[in-house]
Amino acid sequence: MSKVENLEKIIEKFGPHPHDEPIDGWQADRNIDKVVPTHCPYCAVQCGMNLLVEKGNLVGFEPRYDFPVNEGRLCPKGVTAYLQTHHPDRLLHPLIKRNGYFERASWDEALDLVVSNIERIQEKHGKDSLGVYSGSSLTTEKTYLMGKFARVGLQTKYLDYNGRLCMVSAAAGNKKAFGIDRAANPWSDIPDAEVLMIAGANCAETFPVLNKFLWQQRDRGGKWIIIDPRETTTARQGDLHLQLKPGTDVALANGILNVLINEGFTNEEFIKARTNDWELAKQTALKYSPQTASEITGVPAEKIVLAAQMYGRAKTGMLLHARGVEHHSNGVNNVLSYINIVLATGKIGARGNGYGTITGQGNGQGGREHGQKCDQLPGARMIDNPEDRKYVSDVWGIDESEMPGAGVSAVEMFQKMREGEIKGLLSVCNNVMVSLPDINKVRQALEGLEFYVCIDFFMSEGARYADVVLPSTTWSEDEGVTGTGEGRVVKINRASDPPGEAKTDWWIIQEIARRMGRGKFFAFNNPREIFDELRVASKGGKADYFGISYEKIEKQDGVFWPCPTEDHPGTPRLFEEEFYHEDGKAKFHGIEFNSPDETPDEEYPLILTSGRVVYQYLSGNQTRRIGFLVDQCPEPYVEIHPKTAMKLKIIDGERVKVISRRGEGVFPALVVKTIRPDTLFIPYHWGEEMAVNQLTNPKLDPVSKIPEYKACSARVEKLPTRNLPVLGQKQKYVKGSELEKPNGNRKRQGKGK
Amino acid sequence: MKETMFIDPQRCIGCRSCVAACRECSTHKGYSMIFVDNIDRRESTATMPTVCMHCVEPTCALVCPADAIKVSEDGVVMSALKPRCLDCRNCVNACPFGVPKYNTEMHLQMKCDMCFDRTSEGLKPMCASVCPTGAISFGSYEQIVPLRRTKPVNAHTFGEQSVETNVYLMLPTDAENVEVDGCGVFEGRIAVDEESDGQESWMDELAGETNKSNEF
Repeated sequence: MSKVENLEKIIEKFGPHPHDEPIDGWQADRNIDKVVPTHCPYCAVQCGMNLLVEKGNLVGFEPRYDFPVNEGRLCPKGVTAYLQTHHPDRLLHPLIKRNGYFERASWDEALDLVVSNIERIQEKHGKDSLGVYSGSSLTTEKTYLMGKFARVGLQTKYLDYNGRLCMVSAAAGNKKAFGIDRAANPWSDIPDAEVLMIAGANCAETFPVLNKFLWQQRDRGGKWIIIDPRETTTARQGDLHLQLKPGTDVALANGILNVLINEGFTNEEFIKARTNDWELAKQTALKYSPQTASEITGVPAEKIVLAAQMYGRAKTGMLLHARGVEHHSNGVNNVLSYINIVLATGKIGARGNGYGTITGQGNGQGGREHGQKCDQLPGARMIDNPEDRKYVSDVWGIDESEMPGAGVSAVEMFQKMREGEIKGLLSVCNNVMVSLPDINKVRQALEGLEFYVCIDFFMSEGARYADVVLPSTTWSEDEGVTGTGEGRVVKINRASDPPGEAKTDWWIIQEIARRMGRGKFFAFNNPREIFDELRVASKGGKADYFGISYEKIEKQDGVFWPCPTEDHPGTPRLFEEEFYHEDGKAKFHGIEFNSPDETPDEEYPLILTSGRVVYQYLSGNQTRRIGFLVDQCPEPYVEIHPKTAMKLKIIDGERVKVISRRGEGVFPALVVKTIRPDTLFIPYHWGEEMAVNQLTNPKLDPVSKIPEYKACSARVEKLPTRNLPVLGQKQKYVKGSELEKPNGNRKRQGKGK
Repeated sequence: MKETMFIDPQRCIGCRSCVAACRECSTHKGYSMIFVDNIDRRESTATMPTVCMHCVEPTCALVCPADAIKVSEDGVVMSALKPRCLDCRNCVNACPFGVPKYNTEMHLQMKCDMCFDRTSEGLKPMCASVCPTGAISFGSYEQIVPLRRTKPVNAHTFGEQSVETNVYLMLPTDAENVEVDGCGVFEGRIAVDEESDGQESWMDELAGETNKSNEF
């Protein structure tokens, strides 16, 4: 049903086409009618920015110097973000796929088709035969609405969101250790830390503006300990780099804890007063001497000792981590073993003493709090908790017995599609054909669906497989709140009108519900009304938004949750007095090292890890259309150490085949000394034949259900000699890739009208 | 000059946010006047931004036969005046930092004028506004010195030519002068590596594609 029969034609019409100028070209001396303060649409730093509007069009940006987090700073994605709004690839009207190609349809026709298919499938196979897959680049209001829509509108239990692919291991680890899922400190605490331990986070490329705080810390004499398999820009700028083998974080963290214990750097008073289960962590760590840890991780023992001494001796310190630690089948354990270090030294809950996961997606924090996770309800309530179910059912005006139970995680949902249990899918704000692991299996899942409707503002690689695509709005065409990586709720403001017949996501979802006869639950006229219901639904929950209002956000430059009452200022720093478990204490965990699901063998002798580049955002559906960003990083490549390259007789720039147990892909080799000789790295932002996710391992963490993107076994093969390497610029254009397509409208960087 | 730019290469993360933001400036919409080079991607992720150094005695202006390049009262070296520019490209070839570019469509030399339209209204230049790390900063000498552990240096020697600049490089505290010998090689530690095949990484070439051409 959902097959793509004419891929070339779809790409020709819907892109991605790199485009690089405002709607009316580059113009000097504009008459700006309106300056709209808002935030960047991309990562969870959520930098403030001003959008410039002329005659209703977004024509540029101006630094927003008065927003305290970034004070005007932006990364190149933020600088060029406004160019997506009037992009020629924008979807302007509903599309229905006929004979393998998308044809224009009216809203009535498209929505009726969606509703009739939903009703048909649910009548025949039951309510749970329909799945909803959402995302966290939506505003919090929309994420709340998606949760409510799945449970009340469609009455299905199968709902999950793309944060499952992001930092959900951190969320699960934080809940186990601290009883709450939020970064413990505001970023403004970073400059007060004498030492920073940063694990699996290339802040330079993935959270560029966070570097403001890192360098402020440095300017005060602070030190950085960087834990990463690659010598990333952040690792290069740091003071001590522990270049571990991917997936060996538990051994490294236990090794560091071992030194902290043996050299007397633990804070016994803190451990006794504010934590439980220290003995478990201690006895486990004692088994990991620096030598043992060194053998497992490949990090020299003396560096492990030095890291422990630097962190242990410092009066203040913060430990931050990101996807490099979390994207593992041992992701939660990795997180817990780093938290043990924080708790053992008592470096938490005070200015300059802290911990946090650096959330990736723009609303990765807010989007996981209000009920679009398969097992959660608004306010970070749990769907299997009778009290939580009752409370939210009352807010929604349904009987508690009508509330579906817990569903399954994203990757498992696609498994259920392949098995035929889920027969229809509604997706919004994601791009499964880039971002899920093992995309060849994902394609099978999509092709096997009876019906697939996708809501997006560009034709993503995933949307190509849909039966109906409904055009929605960019971030600048709607308003609502997002929760930044530090737990600060900020407000996105509307600057321009949607183009063509595009509609806001919340209008589309409500219209589907209305046509299904569930309109009385979905009668919101604007995002503010959704937010007001969300506040009530979250009241008394852990992520309590009740005291937050749009006005308070504007007045305070954002509000940190929990904020339980209208006169409450919000909570920038957690754990100053108590943790969020019932006894107010934090919990240690004794964590033993387990290898990643795959370890290198004769057939697949290398470890393949994946990640990001500074010029692209997540699945690239937005950024792979911005000419400037495409020029800087046009396609994925495979980083190989010169020693490994020499052994395989591969030279820099040569196209090589990378093969794993699940698939293969051809990538140009980037021969660099900044990677371990046993490791390969491929950035993940591309789809189809350019996707590293043809190769990655869909093995899930048993607790968080995050896939193991960061370590699988692979081998590299030379291509037959007729594919001689072409060095330099020309090799950018891969045969059959999106870069080779006509109508590219590509302009050189800096080129004017 | 009261306020000026400070370039701190060790903080540069190579994001090219400055390059993108420079295009938003009203006087040269769509064209970027900043270059960010990869130093040697094979060895390291190090990168380096280049902006106009706004020389006290600008070579570009000295070699201009039409006197088209003017210096403002604040010491900002302006782009060539359109009515005067002769298309000769002397400035493009003469600048020791390789900054000015020639716009073939407009028959005009173009270069950074330190966002004259912004600074005259009390705003910071675009590049220094957006730079995430402070690798490009705008402010006064007195403001920046106590904030940093590096030292502002504005003396450069290119072979026999000494150049004093209004823009500063932030260097280790023992540095006095930036020396580049006659062959254009920085006098410092340049690692020669046995494993290296002497080829430039293709990523350096990709990044250098626009940087090394002196034309738009």
